[in-house]
Amino acid sequence: MNNNTADKFILLSLRLVTYAIVLVVGYILFDIIRNGFSALNWQFVSSFPRRSGAAGGIFPAIVGTFYLVVGTIAVSLPLGIGGAIYLAEYAEQNRFNSLIRLAIITLAGVPSIVFGLFGLGIFVLFFGFGPSILAGSLTLACMVLPTIIVASEESLRAVPKGFRDASLALGATKWEMIRTNILPYSLSGMITGAILGIGRAAGETAPILLTVAAFYLPRLPKSVFDQVMALPYHLYILATQHPEAERIRHMQYGTALILLLLVLGLSLGAILLRTHSRKKFRW
Amino acid sequence: MSRSRKLLITDRLMRLLLMGAASTSVLVVCLIFLFLFKEAGPFVFKPGLAKLMDSQWIPVSFQQERFGVGPLLSGSALVTALAMLVTVPVSVLTAIYIAEIARPGEREFLKPFIEILASIPSVVLGFFGLLVMAPLIKAAFGLSTGLTALTGALLLSLMAIPTIISLSEDALVSVPYALKNASLALGASHLQTIFRVTLPAALPGIVAAVMLGIGRVIGETMAVLMVTGNAAILTASPLSSVRTMTATIAAEMGEVPFGSIHYQALFWIGIILLVITFALNIVAQRVLNKYGMMK
Amino acid sequence: MVEQSIYPENQEMVITTSQVNFFYGQTQALFGISLLIPAKHVTALIGPSGCGKSTFLRCLNRMNDTIPHSRVEGEIFINAKDIYAPGTDVVELRKEVGMVFQKSNPFPKSIFDNVAYGPRIHGEKNPKRLAEIVEQSLQQAAIWDEVKDRLHANAMGLSGGQQQRLCIARALAVGPKILLMDEPASALDPKATTRIEDLIGELRINYTIVIVTHNMQQAARVSDYTAFFYEGQLIECDKTPKIFTNPRQKQTEDYITGRFG
Repeated sequence: MNNNTADKFILLSLRLVTYAIVLVVGYILFDIIRNGFSALNWQFVSSFPRRSGAAGGIFPAIVGTFYLVVGTIAVSLPLGIGGAIYLAEYAEQNRFNSLIRLAIITLAGVPSIVFGLFGLGIFVLFFGFGPSILAGSLTLACMVLPTIIVASEESLRAVPKGFRDASLALGATKWEMIRTNILPYSLSGMITGAILGIGRAAGETAPILLTVAAFYLPRLPKSVFDQVMALPYHLYILATQHPEAERIRHMQYGTALILLLLVLGLSLGAILLRTHSRKKFRW
Repeated sequence: MSRSRKLLITDRLMRLLLMGAASTSVLVVCLIFLFLFKEAGPFVFKPGLAKLMDSQWIPVSFQQERFGVGPLLSGSALVTALAMLVTVPVSVLTAIYIAEIARPGEREFLKPFIEILASIPSVVLGFFGLLVMAPLIKAAFGLSTGLTALTGALLLSLMAIPTIISLSEDALVSVPYALKNASLALGASHLQTIFRVTLPAALPGIVAAVMLGIGRVIGETMAVLMVTGNAAILTASPLSSVRTMTATIAAEMGEVPFGSIHYQALFWIGIILLVITFALNIVAQRVLNKYGMMK
Repeated sequence: MVEQSIYPENQEMVITTSQVNFFYGQTQALFGISLLIPAKHVTALIGPSGCGKSTFLRCLNRMNDTIPHSRVEGEIFINAKDIYAPGTDVVELRKEVGMVFQKSNPFPKSIFDNVAYGPRIHGEKNPKRLAEIVEQSLQQAAIWDEVKDRLHANAMGLSGGQQQRLCIARALAVGPKILLMDEPASALDPKATTRIEDLIGELRINYTIVIVTHNMQQAARVSDYTAFFYEGQLIECDKTPKIFTNPRQKQTEDYITGRFG
């Protein structure tokens, strides 16, 4: 029947398109793992770069990314969770709060390079921090803030309304109720959001391009006012601007693989945390 | 009653603190606009905003420097349009498959791949594009270089696809069962129901998703920086090298003297980017609100 | 509109409400409610959906404060104190007036921690004292025997009826004299409902109970006095047997006999 063959054809096309994506993703992973695997050894991750990055390891880039991530979370997590608690538990429907929501949506859509320009203008220049871990972390924190707020607010709203009523009826004040009867149950959702934020911060290049990143710093930073190397920036320079770019493919692939493992590892952690906490608090 | 007094004060204090935390988002947005305009400002007086409408972008030159954002806008537009040409059908069809056709086990298998794709850092995708896609395109079309708008567009679509898939999936799943059941009860097949009832009903959500995807694509920097070549020219050919607005800022900011006219012009490009993505975001939200996506 | 004469002469009144109006924003939900709640008796509030009985109940422990743009007019005196006077300590009020909700909402903690939550919030830290309070409360809620061996098990593992009795224990643990119950058995099966009703019968010896119910037979079984609400107004309040056999108002009679609602 005509209808049936047409249906089968459509079904087939849909399936093809979907699995084409799977194939492409699989191939990307395969390519990077296959080529980067050989570069992965203890030397690579623990030693400093030599010959302008053409040899040696990427230890300082790993450390730099780590510092940036820590700095980002230190700033954005309290602000993000605090903001989410306000929006979920205190805010009424008024103009000011709509403005806050608009701001969050706006921030979520700002291009990463514009964050870089912003960071340059305010942290590096205006506050005079210079290109530094401080400037980079603050910039990344601004970028990651919406992610944390949205994830945290969702986890707060998931707590059933009944808990709030019961708590208040027993004589708890609003903050007591939040602290003892809502936060404990939404914590894991917030941490999931934080991990997602970390993943983004670790992998972004554009915001740190103008605010912190250096390419060849064969020593570790001593203070938050120092510049650092970072994995994404390192990969970028190694692949596009290094004079020996053609010959150091293995270094590039190795860096890409480490970065990929880091980000995917974090994603996996977030997913596992989400499933584990779903099992723990059934309601 | 000192315990109660203390509690009341703590409560009031916490409310203030939390409100402060929430307000930082507003503060940051205002600061972004403020500082972008601050750094870009002087350009308005010298050499004047009209210079941005020049047809060429030659910021460093022995003769006459040109700061026309036209070629850059066109580069961004070309790359975005090509990317959307690929992304929209692929994402929507995949979303349909995942939401309506795939079995639960299949779904559990497919969704991680989409999430992985979403997590891959743009610089890694750019790297992949540089090493694998560019040579492929070069060979396939017999070009002198594989760094083209097309290459960039393909990478960008990889980045936008997860966003659009997940939002479209939400939109499809939110279509009320009542509609689907009514169609089936009238004798329509599953596929007919999908394309004639479910998809149209989910259209506002999908349109909003596409707009957010466009915003994402326009704002992407690293991938396009690495694979679209470096030519700030006005062209409509997908096989030519182009320069996007984002790549321009990233590439030139590193060597530009602070406060110079070139520096200010780059900040103006940033402002243009900000305004475009802001507008897209607003419209997407309006579409979502007006047509009431049930979440 | 409630005459003191329906109550015996020396009856102490724990709650006195006078001309209470309640507004959700611009919408008025309660109109001039003047009701007396006698001590150590069960008063039932009945009426069709949306008549305002739950709204009124929630005024008594100021739970309506959580609703934005809500407003109360009139006076509500509990233990001779105006609970809406400025400067009233709402936290203390809620210690004296406990509440049990329609849908049982135990916290996803252990049974022990659920009951101990209230006392802990109010500053009780002594573990021995807490254990005593928990046992007493679970005993009063007629659930001690069923859970005494698994106090540290998760409360979510209990059946619906057990969870509701746990919520009652939890409310009792902070030591209220008045217990407000908002349709406490409406989500339970008949057997569990009977247990709750028996429990109410036991509790009224020591507590003043105000219960909202849409189940008229339940009101007839458990309460001493019944107040009939309709469209935000108090139509009639009297001794329960009289309300159900010979009400004074025609509206009451129509409701009782099932002509509407």
